[in-house]
Amino acid sequence: MTIIEARGLTKRYKSKSGPVHALDGLDLSVPRGTVKALLGPNGAGKTTTVKVLTTLTRPDEGSATIAGIDVLADPRATRRVIGVSGQYAAVDENLTGFENLDMIGRLYHLGRAESQRRARELVDMFDLTAAGDRPVKGFSGGMRRRIDLAGALVTNPEVLFLDEPTTGLDPRSRLSLWGIITDLVKEGTTVLLTTQYLEEADQLADDISVIDGGRVIAEGTSDQLKEQVGGHRVVVSLMTSDAREEAVRILTRYGDGEPVVSSDGRTVDVGVTNGPQSLQSVLADLEASGIELHDAGMRRPTLDDVFLRLTGRSTEVNAGDPDETAGPSGTKPKKPKKPKRSKEKAA
Amino acid sequence: MTAVIAPGSPRVAPATGVASWFSDGWAVTKRNLIKIKRSPDMLIFAVLQPIMFVLLFSQVYGGAIAVKGTDYTQFLMAGIFAQTVVFGATFSGSAMANDLKNGIIDRFRTLPMSSSAVLIGRTNSDLVLNGISMVIMMATGFAVGWRVNGTPLEFLAGVGLLLLFSYAFSWVMALLGMSVKSPETINNASFMILFPLTFVSNAFVPSDTLPTALRIFAEWNPVSSLVQTARELFGNEGSTPTPDVWTQQHSLATVLIGIAVMLVVFVPWCIRRYESISSR
Ligand SMILES: Nc1ncnc2c1ncn2[C@@H]1O[C@H](COP(=O)(O)OP(=O)(O)O)[C@@H](O)[C@H]1O
Ligand SMILES: [Mg+2]
Repeated sequence: MTIIEARGLTKRYKSKSGPVHALDGLDLSVPRGTVKALLGPNGAGKTTTVKVLTTLTRPDEGSATIAGIDVLADPRATRRVIGVSGQYAAVDENLTGFENLDMIGRLYHLGRAESQRRARELVDMFDLTAAGDRPVKGFSGGMRRRIDLAGALVTNPEVLFLDEPTTGLDPRSRLSLWGIITDLVKEGTTVLLTTQYLEEADQLADDISVIDGGRVIAEGTSDQLKEQVGGHRVVVSLMTSDAREEAVRILTRYGDGEPVVSSDGRTVDVGVTNGPQSLQSVLADLEASGIELHDAGMRRPTLDDVFLRLTGRSTEVNAGDPDETAGPSGTKPKKPKKPKRSKEKAA
Repeated sequence: MTAVIAPGSPRVAPATGVASWFSDGWAVTKRNLIKIKRSPDMLIFAVLQPIMFVLLFSQVYGGAIAVKGTDYTQFLMAGIFAQTVVFGATFSGSAMANDLKNGIIDRFRTLPMSSSAVLIGRTNSDLVLNGISMVIMMATGFAVGWRVNGTPLEFLAGVGLLLLFSYAFSWVMALLGMSVKSPETINNASFMILFPLTFVSNAFVPSDTLPTALRIFAEWNPVSSLVQTARELFGNEGSTPTPDVWTQQHSLATVLIGIAVMLVVFVPWCIRRYESISSR
């Protein structure tokens, strides 16, 4: 059963260089109890989508329902069934972690005793027992994130929105956050999360919507998306980049599409239909041409490949986007390292 | 982290009507008061600034500025009160701008709370801060010789009117705070507007001593009406004749109309604006 449904969302913003189509006819549908990832580079429209669905922004056109409630017509009722943790932690610096959560409980009208009980419970659950009674001012980025996420869980909402929940977190905090999200889903919560990390979407989501330019450009499970790029990819790493052109020629011969050359020019890969056979042929031809290899193998396509195929851009290109460091709270998110492609190769 | 995140916790907690409106307003007011408590610099500023103004003006200009029928300290106090509460109201503006910048407004706007609660909490807590400033100023005033010549009721009416004016003006500033790009803008902009408004008035000198253009401005300036009313209620006006301008002759009515207009226009405007803002 669908719990989040959005149809034809559009949102234009004025900017110095003309109107920006933050959303350009975005459709979305999320079944109850599942995790949907919105995957896209900076500026794709992820945050705008979340803002529309969480009643923060009104779209210019389109409609949305959550748990049967018309989001645009009845924002107040919508707010009762959702929990939100935005792209930048929205916590009060001057309040303690506990006070932040207690205040949120009060504003959900849980009553004094219940608000305090729940706030204490969440502080403990998020490993903030020791710091929970100190002002958030002194919290690390990861601790702020956790308090913010706890704030989204005060009423144990049916639908949880998480906008780039792990951006800027160290690997350990990321893993523990993934654990929390997984647990919530086990208990029946529906989660819509946005991410720039393919790995994250791959790990957490039942279903992925790849968005770019304010529109969904591909949709499906991680496997279905990978399917679109081809069953396997043949990867060769060269001893020297001089042999690159010849290697590309050989891979083109057996591949389904254009081979992709890594930025250092020493790794070339291509999607193929019949993995093992293509690999053998490629290796034979490379040997015949006298090209020395550092490594060679076959791997399943990653979402990176999917993204590249769909947008013609690699996700790496977006890493330097200045937008990302301009957080309103002044906390500059830094990018966790993405796994290197070469490591994922099967020998 | 434990596995179970939500052991039997409430899913939905609808509450409507006046009760939730009060409890929401109180939850936000409490949050703002905690902030005042936790940032002593803010409190110290709110306390020291009025002390400094009272001492500076009464001691430095006291001898130089003559006021008919009374001494300068008596004349000055209502002016200082008015200036302080007007400036105090700007805090609502910078605080709203800060909340917007920090994203906490986004958090509030995704909660099923009353949409006026954040603004009511804001203006309420600033009223408390202004009230504290008032008490400190009055104590300082008494120490340097200020005396109230009105009845206790008139005195309370004067204090109440000053605070009510600052409360209404808080809503004007809150709207500004939600309309600017950064909290710094609001501080700079308010100085540009409020310095002329408070200094080109009868707050520090009788307006009839001003050059013609400034005098006309001062006589029609609503801050002058506020000062004039407070001065009369405290019995500090001396024998300077009240300027023959409607807003001065009927200063109390002017102030009450001003307060009503600010509230009627800016309260709904603020709430409407609040319902569509979001940090960026
Ligand atoms: N309030 C706004 N004013 C102007 N432009 C905006 C605003 N919010 C978003 N945009 C623009 O809309 C586009 C989509 O933004 P956003 O939804 O934040 O993307 P994402 O979260 O995927 O990085 C971007 O080009 C962004 O600059
Ligand atoms: Mg974003």
